[in-house]
Amino acid sequence: MKLSRQSFVILAVAAAFYVVVRAVEAAGIISPYWQMVLDQSLIITIGALGLSLIYGFTGQFSLGHAAFYGLGAYAAGVIDKLWGHGVFPFFLLSLLAGAAVAGFLALLIGLPILRLRSDYLGIATLGFGIIVKVLLDNSNKVWPVLGGATGMSGTPQVASFNVIFVIAFLIVLLVRNFVFSSYGRACTAIREDEIAADVMGVDTTRIKTLAFVLGCALAGLAGGLYAHRYPFLHPSSFDFLKSFDFLLIVVLGGLGSMTGTIITAIGWVFLLEGLRIVLGQNFIDFRGVIYALILIVTIILRPQGIFGGREWKMFVPGIKTAGAPKEEVDRHVSA
Amino acid sequence: MSVLKITNLSKHFGGLKAVNNFNLNLEHGEIVGLIGPNGAGKTTVFNLITGIYSPTEGNVRFLEEDITGLPPYKVMQKGIARTFQNIRLFKNMTVLDNVRVSFGYRIKYNFFDAVVRTPHFNREEDAVTAQALEILEVLNLAGRALDKAGSLPYGDQRRVEIARALAGKPKLLMLDEPAAGMNPAEVARMVELVREVKARFDLTVLVIEHQMGLVMNLCERIVVMDFGQIIAEGTPAEIRRNPQVLEAYLGKGATVA
Repeated sequence: MKLSRQSFVILAVAAAFYVVVRAVEAAGIISPYWQMVLDQSLIITIGALGLSLIYGFTGQFSLGHAAFYGLGAYAAGVIDKLWGHGVFPFFLLSLLAGAAVAGFLALLIGLPILRLRSDYLGIATLGFGIIVKVLLDNSNKVWPVLGGATGMSGTPQVASFNVIFVIAFLIVLLVRNFVFSSYGRACTAIREDEIAADVMGVDTTRIKTLAFVLGCALAGLAGGLYAHRYPFLHPSSFDFLKSFDFLLIVVLGGLGSMTGTIITAIGWVFLLEGLRIVLGQNFIDFRGVIYALILIVTIILRPQGIFGGREWKMFVPGIKTAGAPKEEVDRHVSA
Repeated sequence: MSVLKITNLSKHFGGLKAVNNFNLNLEHGEIVGLIGPNGAGKTTVFNLITGIYSPTEGNVRFLEEDITGLPPYKVMQKGIARTFQNIRLFKNMTVLDNVRVSFGYRIKYNFFDAVVRTPHFNREEDAVTAQALEILEVLNLAGRALDKAGSLPYGDQRRVEIARALAGKPKLLMLDEPAAGMNPAEVARMVELVREVKARFDLTVLVIEHQMGLVMNLCERIVVMDFGQIIAEGTPAEIRRNPQVLEAYLGKGATVA
């Protein structure tokens, strides 16, 4: 199978990114702390791409994304802590399990709610987020290993930059392939006009559920990576404010733009850490003020988000027959 | 052969009888017009046929099969496509993607093929794209394929709606005011276009329209509704002379000048 030009460009950009990071690391410019921030930014990118599918592309408002992120983190974390002990294949399996747990719960919530039009999903996911937070806070009463409100530690820290980078890269490809397929077009059609999509033959409940489950599974996967990169899991890392973070990234990046989500996710994590240094320990709480201001200003100046539905060319598959001479179109039709 | 057979169809919204005891039979290859004053219930009939509303009473048979109460996507998969009175394109998608959405239900690759980009996926996508472009060619829109649908001028948007409906491979095409807001020259072109499309795709056509120029030129048979009921039915010439129709449109006592 020959590689299309787009795939080649994506591969080249990813390779260049990797080489630059490795070079900077080797030169000793990047401290372990900033390496951790970089890893976190890639993890958040995976989770944000999930919400981008749900809200940005399919138009289904979700306020509980961090709950799925947390479920993935705790599920993958506890599995590997108890049985995996950091053996690599088991680590990968635990990631899949984290994604599966998040995806399965998304299916349970999505099936009844996604039949409805309008914003019921937002309310349902908000409620779900609160339930998950409360359950995690009290989880030690049922299963002490989970640690409850004191948090859980002991998950093997085996998610290196290499692993996180490769997985993030594969997820970007997966999301891009999904978006530029019949499935992705159906999602966007639902976002644009649900009734028209229905009348054009799109099984809207099925497609909305698919997008929601896939998006939440990505959050779960991101959570699983997080658990293997940060030794301490705490329920407050997965509360409503964290969901709001994901939402901010998707809205600021521009609804319906993968490019926007990726860039904003990375930028966002670095901005939060940067503010920690700029503001100093005493003013750290002002971060909340500053990022709310950024949101307000962006929405006023650029309501469509930074990328406003546009994509890097490398993501957009070429249209083979567009502008081609008539004969060529005919040949494709008869083939 | 009967393509569409509607029997005793009614839709009541509380006390309002939006459609009451509506009967219609469409034979293969017919072009039938559905006219009537504003609020007569024409669009409600369309919404009942396509499953957006479920009827209070009565049934709809399409190609001898009962489709009453099926959800819209299933109705479309059976072979009924429509356009909307107030254009409902997917505005932020390209014209080509608007059309390709309607191919969705016939696509043969699965989720795995799509995310891994198997050769099977690529072949199918290329074929769908080519067929979509072919439809756009027929509607004289091939040059706009990669433009955002919402950025097109009004008349072009009307044609994208028709292209999108045709892409679903319908046997029955239902047009809801395709010539609304068009001048006489544009109406004449729309008449030609509907005829051409009908012949080329072997369609039966049901059209709602206020532009008498279009209805009288295009339709072989006209059904007139008022207050949710059929008040007259016949050829354009018969309808033109029908006193009840004149009354519905112009009020009691009106005569042909």
